[in-house]
Amino acid sequence: MMFWDWELTAEIWPLLAEASLVTIQATLLGFCLAAALGLLFAIGRMYGPRWLSVPLAGLIEFIRSTPLLIQIFFVYFVFPEFGVVLDAMTAGVLALGVHYATYASEVYRAGLANVPRGQWEASVALNLSPYHTFRDVIIPQAIPPVVPALGNYLVALFKETPLLSAIGVLELMQTAKIVGSDTFRYTEPITLVGLIFLVFSIVAAGLIRYLEHRLNRRVTRP
Amino acid sequence: MSSPGTDPGPMPMVRFDKVRKAYGPLVVLDDLDLDIAAGEKVAIIGPSGSGKTTVLRMLMTLERINGGVIWVDGEPLTAMPRNGTLVPADRGHLRRMRGKIGMVFQHFNLFPHMTALKNCMEAPVTVLGLSKDEAAARGRELLEMVGLGGKLDHYPAHLSGGQQQRVAIARALAMRPKVMLFDEVTSALDPELVGEVLNVIRRLGDEHDLTMLMVTHQMGFAKEFADRVCFFHGGQICEQGPPEQIFGAPENERTRQFLRACLEAT
Amino acid sequence: MPSRSLVVCVIVAFTAGLVVASFAGFREFLPGLLEGALVTIQITLGGCVLALVCAFVAGLAKMYGPWPVRWLAVGYIEVFRGTSALVQLFWLFFVLPHFGVTLEPMTVAILTLGLNVGAYGAEVVRGAVSSVARGQWEATVALNMTRVQALRRIILPQALVAMIPPWGNLFIELLKATALVSLITISDLAFKAQQMNATTYRTVEIFSIVLVFYLAIAMVITIGMQALERFAARGLSRGRAE
Repeated sequence: MMFWDWELTAEIWPLLAEASLVTIQATLLGFCLAAALGLLFAIGRMYGPRWLSVPLAGLIEFIRSTPLLIQIFFVYFVFPEFGVVLDAMTAGVLALGVHYATYASEVYRAGLANVPRGQWEASVALNLSPYHTFRDVIIPQAIPPVVPALGNYLVALFKETPLLSAIGVLELMQTAKIVGSDTFRYTEPITLVGLIFLVFSIVAAGLIRYLEHRLNRRVTRP
Repeated sequence: MSSPGTDPGPMPMVRFDKVRKAYGPLVVLDDLDLDIAAGEKVAIIGPSGSGKTTVLRMLMTLERINGGVIWVDGEPLTAMPRNGTLVPADRGHLRRMRGKIGMVFQHFNLFPHMTALKNCMEAPVTVLGLSKDEAAARGRELLEMVGLGGKLDHYPAHLSGGQQQRVAIARALAMRPKVMLFDEVTSALDPELVGEVLNVIRRLGDEHDLTMLMVTHQMGFAKEFADRVCFFHGGQICEQGPPEQIFGAPENERTRQFLRACLEAT
Repeated sequence: MPSRSLVVCVIVAFTAGLVVASFAGFREFLPGLLEGALVTIQITLGGCVLALVCAFVAGLAKMYGPWPVRWLAVGYIEVFRGTSALVQLFWLFFVLPHFGVTLEPMTVAILTLGLNVGAYGAEVVRGAVSSVARGQWEATVALNMTRVQALRRIILPQALVAMIPPWGNLFIELLKATALVSLITISDLAFKAQQMNATTYRTVEIFSIVLVFYLAIAMVITIGMQALERFAARGLSRGRAE
């Protein structure tokens, strides 16, 4: 049994490259959903009326405390029972997005809470509507400090895309498994996939640290 | 008491010999010479940044020396003699020397997860190898001496600042050091609690033969308690002498300025 | 926390509703699910213990070890944090046999999850130990204690209290990660869910109940950690002693 088959590596590399596009697509779509929905969750939880904020808090806690894999199954297998049939990619992105929206909402909550009270009071004094207060005053101040934390969740989301292989999405892990079952060589595909993830994580972590550094330099607190 | 230039007589308990301390380009202590005799009580006063606390911290081996030698009880502190010269001390020597010195900190640094008694027992048991009973007896005795006989099982969180500092004193004494260092021990206390701590230190000085070195802002206390007062400025001893001289008739202009500023603040 | 008690009420109401709605059919799949839940709990417990061990060894090695040991610790932490748990699981399950090491699926599961969460835990350990006030270290020097004595008797006990909340989160992450082992053929709760679904097609009930099961275990962990925190913090004040 060979230790490492370089020929096979060269063969499957194009396959993995193609699959990583699918992975990246799932990651970005999922993250966009998470970032947007998370902000709505946070605002609803912090500033919404009781009939909204309390059930929302319960729902967020529920989703955060249960496995993403089951939630993916839920969206893919249970939704059709209620007439909502989604293809694997859509179901996966939806589950990823909602799951990580709950984490993002915690991050946004911290960011929103850190905006000084004086900003709210000035907005009231200037008679700004709540919508404009949020859009022009609060959110622009709340978001920059939490970008690094959101970045960490982007990386985490990326690392969870292999779960989509459980419902057949042709991303990196699924491709590796198919190669493995075809050629009976699992070492190369899975190790390569692992290395791809590792490299991406290290690069992303470095970028996030750099981003944090840049943001901290610009933001000065009175 | 010894002053530079004269025959030192018996070896002082603590001697700073051309000691230098610098943080990068910033020189905090410059060629410091200071002798402290056994049983002497020395108060160190001066403006912040003058290097007073650094003197204590170096003696307690919390800071490294960048030049010169500190002698304690006739032996070098962070060096040891080998083949006629001094080489950096090994761990055994360092620990042996460190055992002769005890320190009380400005912020007490009591162990929050232990009762007052346990705080005093911890080091005697783990470092000196005393049995639990012996350490407990010693701890009890010391805590009673500082007036906390009834608070043996209290946790630091349930003690006032003054009480915590007194426990800290008892804890340091439990190791039976020869030299006790007090680093601004009342600066972090509410004014009404300062007296109880100073009383303990006074009793300590009267009843025991300890060499005591204290950095303090309590001028009144220094005046009545210390055998000698050292005024530090810019990393050097500006003036030193008996309290009557320093407080009553200071010779150096800087000393006068400093004391005037202190008086204005009260 | 108000939302917690609400979630508990929701669980109870939900479960009660399901029981009433599908009384007979409940017995079709519930025993299977309970079997799976037992396996999940076993893996969670084993993984948590291993994670604790790995985290302390790696975290302390990274802080105080000689440089080769430190580099090993950093390597372990970066690799296991940088790759996803599923990839690690598949690697240990599919690739290791090619190098002659064939482990039981359960062993692979507990090993992978323990190593994975342990890598994150190392950061928690490191953070908590660094957060112990410097004055505590200085007091141990003044009392002439060795570094090991200081760590064991003074620093770690204080660090442990600070560690409990983040470890609570990590344990719940481990619980959630156990669902992945269903993909390497272990009959845990997630596997049983799919199995029961394939045989009975009671999709909605099965997956809903499974989610509630996981939530219940997570709540047990959270409550346990909160109780542990209360126990450990007795005597320790939250603020500083000045």
